[in-house]
Amino acid sequence: MGKWTRRGFVTAGVIAGGGFIVGVAIRPGNRTIELSSLVAADDEMLVNSWVKIGADNRVTAIIPHCEMGQGAHTSLTQMLADEMDADWALVSMMEAPAKAEYANYPLARGFLGGFDVPAVLSPTVNGIFLQATQVMNLQITGGSASVRATGVYGMRVAGAAAREMLLTAAADAWQVPKAELTARDSMIVHEASKRSEPYATFASAAGRLTPPAEPPRKRMEDFKFMGKSMPRFDIPAKVDGSARFGIDAEVPGMKYASIVRTPVFGGEIVSLDDRGARDMAGVRDVIDLGNAVAVIADGYWQAQQALAKVGIEWDTKGNDAATTETIFQQFGADLDSATEREAWQADRELGDVSTAFAEADQIIEAEYRVPYLAHAPMEPLNATAWVRDGICEVWTSCQNPLGFRAEIAAALDVDDETVIVHNAYLGGGFGRRAQGDYAVQAARLSAAAGMPVKLIWSREEDIRQDNYRPAVMSRFRAALDTTGRVLAWQNQYVDKHEPAEAPLIPYAIDNQLIRYTDSPTHVPFGPWRSVDHSQHGFFTESFADEVAVAAGQDGYRFRRDLLKDLPRERAVLDLAAEKSGWGASLPDGRGRGISLQYSFGTLVAQVVDVTVSDGDVRVDRVVCAVDPGFAVSPDALVAQMESGIIYGLTAALYGEIYIDNGAVAQSNFHDYQMLRMAESPAIETYIINSGAPWGGAGEPGTPGIAPALANAIFDATGTRIRRLPVKNYDLQFRIHEPEEVV
Amino acid sequence: MIELKINGQTRSVEADPATPLLWIVRERFGLLGTKFGCGISQCGACTVHLNGVPVRSCVTPLAAAEGGDVTTIEGIGGDGLSALQQAWIDEQVPQCGYCQSGQLMSATALLEANPNPTDDDIDKAMQGNICRCGTYPRIRRAIKRAANPGLARVQRFDREVTHG
Ligand code: FES
Ligand code: FES
Repeated sequence: MGKWTRRGFVTAGVIAGGGFIVGVAIRPGNRTIELSSLVAADDEMLVNSWVKIGADNRVTAIIPHCEMGQGAHTSLTQMLADEMDADWALVSMMEAPAKAEYANYPLARGFLGGFDVPAVLSPTVNGIFLQATQVMNLQITGGSASVRATGVYGMRVAGAAAREMLLTAAADAWQVPKAELTARDSMIVHEASKRSEPYATFASAAGRLTPPAEPPRKRMEDFKFMGKSMPRFDIPAKVDGSARFGIDAEVPGMKYASIVRTPVFGGEIVSLDDRGARDMAGVRDVIDLGNAVAVIADGYWQAQQALAKVGIEWDTKGNDAATTETIFQQFGADLDSATEREAWQADRELGDVSTAFAEADQIIEAEYRVPYLAHAPMEPLNATAWVRDGICEVWTSCQNPLGFRAEIAAALDVDDETVIVHNAYLGGGFGRRAQGDYAVQAARLSAAAGMPVKLIWSREEDIRQDNYRPAVMSRFRAALDTTGRVLAWQNQYVDKHEPAEAPLIPYAIDNQLIRYTDSPTHVPFGPWRSVDHSQHGFFTESFADEVAVAAGQDGYRFRRDLLKDLPRERAVLDLAAEKSGWGASLPDGRGRGISLQYSFGTLVAQVVDVTVSDGDVRVDRVVCAVDPGFAVSPDALVAQMESGIIYGLTAALYGEIYIDNGAVAQSNFHDYQMLRMAESPAIETYIINSGAPWGGAGEPGTPGIAPALANAIFDATGTRIRRLPVKNYDLQFRIHEPEEVV
Repeated sequence: MIELKINGQTRSVEADPATPLLWIVRERFGLLGTKFGCGISQCGACTVHLNGVPVRSCVTPLAAAEGGDVTTIEGIGGDGLSALQQAWIDEQVPQCGYCQSGQLMSATALLEANPNPTDDDIDKAMQGNICRCGTYPRIRRAIKRAANPGLARVQRFDREVTHG
């Protein structure tokens, strides 16, 4: 069975019981035993998206992304079912198991920048992707990649190929020209002879055909499910308590573990006194993992109680003097000395910045800072592991099952193939669940204790042992001429991660210098919803506002003028401004701010209205205009905008992980505060389907909200927020008057 | 042995009376819809009803529930879905879903005490429940929808989209 086409991108085969299966590969890789019958040679492609048509005419989409509330399972299935002309009532999905053949290849591409692939399945793509994929080799859900990558390059192609093959098989069987046949609602119909049969009738025959390398995909005007808000598959189970998350894993005989890792990052255990703990009711074991101690007990609460009784002495590896202040001093010093050290790396050099500054009529300078942030997904990190008989089975909720498998195998020093990762619903991810430290701990505990162990992190552990959104310092200078025209934009900052384009601005300014220098700290970091866009969105869109004020213009018109050659950007900005009633005068104490952000292929403009009174900021309303190219599920996109806005507002208003004595000062939701119902603003989202390449949804709502908020606060108070979070400012509203900006 | 009623059934359990009800419900009764989020009464993910009143089960000792009547998310729908649960589906409220049992327990208690809550009433009743996915606007709409079944149905599935 299974013939790869000459290009090797679409494959198909017959399955037991008379169904057939179509797979689409968008990554190269090694073949594995499970798929050897489908893959002709070692260097051929592996499969990213699958569709199965059963003998019962049911269609199953097999999806290589986890569901963490972003609606990926449903949106991807819509894309496939639409191209297939399937009957929605007969369509279901399953999440791909953690096997290499489902690796999320295009994710790497998403992080590399925009998509510029001419023909959807062009083999030339692979050279570009290969390196990043090897580095990442991950089945990650992140980078807002599911729709724009797996969906566009995988699901739609798989669905279209399946449809083509079924039509060909039916034409053969009925001995009629294929052009006379139509596919609809999972039936093949021949109008002339009034014949119609379900897809399943032709499944076996279709499975023996050579799949089309580039099956024709529908035009936008023919979409049936794409562009419609289909009810999400995962929601019913999430209202009656039956949805199973990682924390709900049940393994016969499992015990519960509570853990504490060295509070100062990088430290280790010097001594351990577990005498008191071992005698406590229900306690099975106390395990020293070198940099962490865990208690295993019959119940989780027993484990927590006993862990509190373990006396632990940690060393700090000399990191116990670090504080947020010393870290920012280091950033400042590294920025000061970067020229002398020849330690700059450029993101963008345009024109001649020095000459522009020399000729400037007005120079504006500002230094911005953002703190470390924890992810704090609602479901505390957890994993259940059972190491036995040469295998390690893990039940968890994660964004990256394949990466977890590799991390666990490396930690236990066993073959990847002996580790089985079962992934459940994620109670939030936001980037934290792309890192496997907690699953590795669970596996090591099970191996040491010789029993199945469910490890649950306390919220305190979650806040103190994260891989944090990095703290960043960013310095700006802008040059204006006598007419208020911007001559130059200079931005120098510490510490760069992904995506590379995050600090870039869309504005037409002839002279630009954007560069960074490294300034590593002992604080572990990781991707946080929208990654570097979350910091740079705040920096660049706040400073753009400062420049606008200095130029004597309002934030909207100033941006608009600098977007002359970017109609898509302008349209989004215009829509947000129009819907917000931009330009109307506001009473004292109220303020309005705007921002524009392009991230993960999606453009978002946001307008925030605030009221400031007695030092309190209230966010009254957020208007959000979004152009994702095309909204596969408009309601899911709106939900992601709401979610990204509230996540970003929480960070902007309250979010601060403070480093003290080398460790995190915060511990739980009382001191790492979350936005709640009463502070949650009215949010209006407006969608533009511009037809541009399809972008992501999960992250683009986040980065623009902090600057729109800060710009609104400036409008209301005259205070420029240059260091988040806002809660650290004592804000008083001021009567509107011209401001000096330093 | 400590005896209590859970979702209408009498159950007894041998455990330290100081054990938080949350862990009894999850580990001993196998009712996994009630969630652990913070352990210090900050997030509301663990909300259950004890004698009709919403409580944070992570800080409610088993002893406090002795002889009492406990309702969890598994017990609010009867045979099908409650009006609130249906409204939660109609408004497509949950994202990750982890906080939603707790949200629904708080909202259920609110509507039992106050069948037609104002925005302020909703703010107050729901203030103890964190949703990290930011589903607050939808929770508010779903509560109103359940409270006013006669309200015109929001056309959730026909959103305005501009073609650029
Ligand atoms: S777990 Fe009980 S309130 Fe958070
Ligand atoms: S839906 Fe994810 S925390 Fe509320």
